[in-house]
Amino acid sequence: MDLKLGHYSKDGIEVVDVEGEIDVYTAPRLRELLIDLVNKKNYQLVVNMEKVEFLDSTGLGVLVGGLKRVRAHDGSLDLVCTQERILKIFRITGLTKVFGIHDSVDDAIAARKAEK
Amino acid sequence: MPTVEVTFTPLPVHVRTARLIATAVARRSGVDESLLDEVRLAVGEACSRAVEAHRKHCPGEPIRVALTDDPEQFEVVVTDAAPAEQALSPATPEPAEPEVDGVIQQLPPGVGLAVISGLADDVRIASAGNGDGTSIAMSWTRRTEPVTPAAPA
Repeated sequence: MDLKLGHYSKDGIEVVDVEGEIDVYTAPRLRELLIDLVNKKNYQLVVNMEKVEFLDSTGLGVLVGGLKRVRAHDGSLDLVCTQERILKIFRITGLTKVFGIHDSVDDAIAARKAEK
Repeated sequence: MPTVEVTFTPLPVHVRTARLIATAVARRSGVDESLLDEVRLAVGEACSRAVEAHRKHCPGEPIRVALTDDPEQFEVVVTDAAPAEQALSPATPEPAEPEVDGVIQQLPPGVGLAVISGLADDVRIASAGNGDGTSIAMSWTRRTEPVTPAAPA
C-alpha cells in the first residue's frame, strides 16, 4: 500500500502518523513533511509507526535526517513502534540506541515530558 | 535456470513490485512464513541499491531479479549494470544526496548491504562478469517443504 501521512499537535509535541510502506519511492514524502515541520519550528516530534507495514534503509535515513534536524534546535524525535518486523531493522542497524522507541504515543509524550 | 526472472526499469516505484514478486515466489516455494519479511526487506534493499546505481550511471538499462527455489534453499539474485567499483564502494566520500542545511538526507549506501547481510542466511556479492555490473545473491535455507502444485481435478 502507498504511504499516508498526517500530523497533529498534542501537549506541545507534534505527532506524525505514518501508515503504509516507507521505501525508496515513498520516503521523500516523509522527508518533506519532517523538513516542513521543522521549518515551522516544530522541534519536538513523535513519529507514530504503528501502522507502517514496511520500512527499509531509505526510510531509516529519513528518520535519522529528521532526528539530526530537530537536535540542531535542541529538539527530539521519538518513535512509536511495537511491530517486531519493523523493530528488526532498527536492531540490525543499531539505531535502537539512537531513537527513543515507545509503545504508544502517550508513552512517548510522557517520556519526553519527564526528560524536560 | 531461475524459477522466476524479472527485469524492471530503474525507477523507485518498481522496487515495491519487485518486493511483492519476491515475497509471492518465496511463499509459493514454501519458504517459512517467519522468513518472508526478511526476504521482502532484503530484496527491497538490493533493488533500491541497484536503482540508485542505475539512476546515476545507466538509467536506460534494466535491473534483473532472478528467484530460484531448490530443495536446499531459496535464492534471489539482483543484478545491476552500473560500474562495479562505484556500486560496491561501502561509503562514498560524498553523501548519496546533497546535504540540506548541513543535514545528510540519506544513510550511506553501505547500510543497505549491511541490512541484507543481517537478514539473509548467505550473501554473495560479485562482479556481474563483463566488467560492469554487480550481482547480489541472497539465500535462505529451506526449513519447510516446497509447496507442490495441486493435481488437476
